[in-house]
Amino acid sequence: MAVSTPPARDDVGSLEAGLDALETPVSPTDKHAGAKRILGSVWPPILAIIVLILFWWAAYALKLKPEFVLPSPASAWQSFLTGLESGTTQQAIFNSLQRAFVGFLISVVLGTVIGLALAKSSIFRRGFGPLITGLQILPSVAWVPAAIIWFGLSNEAMLFVVIMGATPSIANGIKSGVDQIPTLYPRVGKMLGAHGFNQIRFVILPASLPGYLAGLRQGWAFAWRSLMAAELIVFSPALGLGLGQVLDQNRTLGDMAGVMATIISILFVGILVELCFFAPLERRVLRQRGLLGDKL
Amino acid sequence: MTNQTVTSATPHVVADLPPDTTPAAVTLERVTKVFNDAAGVPPVLQDLSLRVGAGEFVCLLGASGCGKSTLLNLVAGLDSPTTGQIEVPGGKTALMFQESALFPWLTAGKNIELALRLSGVPRTEWKAEIARLLDLVHLSGQENKRIHELSGGMRQRVALARALAQRARILLMDEPFAALDAITRDVLHEELHRIWREADLTVIFVTHNVREAVRLGQRVLLMSSRPGMFVRQWQIDIEGPRRIESPAVSALSAEITEDLRREIRRHGR
Repeated sequence: MAVSTPPARDDVGSLEAGLDALETPVSPTDKHAGAKRILGSVWPPILAIIVLILFWWAAYALKLKPEFVLPSPASAWQSFLTGLESGTTQQAIFNSLQRAFVGFLISVVLGTVIGLALAKSSIFRRGFGPLITGLQILPSVAWVPAAIIWFGLSNEAMLFVVIMGATPSIANGIKSGVDQIPTLYPRVGKMLGAHGFNQIRFVILPASLPGYLAGLRQGWAFAWRSLMAAELIVFSPALGLGLGQVLDQNRTLGDMAGVMATIISILFVGILVELCFFAPLERRVLRQRGLLGDKL
Repeated sequence: MTNQTVTSATPHVVADLPPDTTPAAVTLERVTKVFNDAAGVPPVLQDLSLRVGAGEFVCLLGASGCGKSTLLNLVAGLDSPTTGQIEVPGGKTALMFQESALFPWLTAGKNIELALRLSGVPRTEWKAEIARLLDLVHLSGQENKRIHELSGGMRQRVALARALAQRARILLMDEPFAALDAITRDVLHEELHRIWREADLTVIFVTHNVREAVRLGQRVLLMSSRPGMFVRQWQIDIEGPRRIESPAVSALSAEITEDLRREIRRHGR
């Protein structure tokens, strides 16, 4: 009877090794998982686009409206190709992206500082919190007249509108990101010796990253649409043409096919930035933290 | 197995060391902690005095509401007492929590690295230190694992390695193994004892599990609830390897459990 004999030291070591092996999650290794995922996420939107174009074409073919009001998908495509050939479309996309990007970057800096202040100071939060949420609801196109009066028909005017559009979303994003941090993490940080700036750098910012990223994503969407609103109105020969200005030109020329082609360009640039930048970034952050579940 | 009773009738209960032991690593002098000043709310901790010797392994045992975690927070410096004195001559303490409390945005190795960095260990030593500490908790080669890729027991071992990375001589543990299954907990008890001896640490270990306290502690302190006070203490000197199923551990556990039940019953009246 050796029932109550205490196991030797080596036995504990092998027991531990066995437990570690048993309790480590086994992840399936599928080499083609990445390719399958991309394929699986590509075909449904393409199918949806085909369906939409079919509806558009049907409405056109039924002659519901005269052609100068409702052009065919083919003529919009033609107009898009012409824009590409002359290089105006590329130039407009480049100009717009550049403005949106600069405005977005400034908004990230401002929004982060304001968001951290909202999260960390209860007086600041009570005072400015509702105001900033209000600004987030306010359509940023409302700032365009003020921007024109203050900055004239200039790049600064457009930048101002973009910043007013994007900053509140980013600030609220990081605020709610910080609010959702489990109370344990700041305590652990304190125990490890992270105080003041180190606490923000090593604990608060990384812990709030998922909420922060959601805020950045929304901030980008607001930046892009604010810029389009500003570009539609702020027009001066001295400024480079952006997509919004091209759109307004199409309208004055009564070029409906051009209008459709430009709207679709604006849409696709927005989708492209989302797909190529924000979506992969968010996936990466969530996967690192094991928050993606089985959706590898 | 000796046992000293500190009756709760004494107004000032001192949970002292046996006279022949080493200098104190942690001293509490008549510590009281009140969270809510409203009338009728008893203090969480009342008039606690405690001396823990350098290198000692002390287990604090009590039902919920006895202020065990509050006591650890006070010793860790995360909170300060309402009245009374706390002295930690060594200065630095490391605290381990019930949940692993590892940062999920860092790998196992980077969690340890952050502790080294914030403790002022020179950058050139990080790599070797991380390898040494992971080896100490038998997790060599796991530094690039994400936290969610580790089992509960492995997480707590990484958390232990991270606590050791802080170069603190005093390790405070707040029910660190409560969420683990029995076999894993048993293995971790063994590991903790080994590391305690090898690294020459002072450990204050909080638990509500009587057997765990008897299995691990050189001294077990039983606390009452609302207000939290020391009721009784046991000095444990079981010879030879001590295991959770050892008859000596069982016998003393039965005795302590009886006292703990009596303490809990008092609140029902």
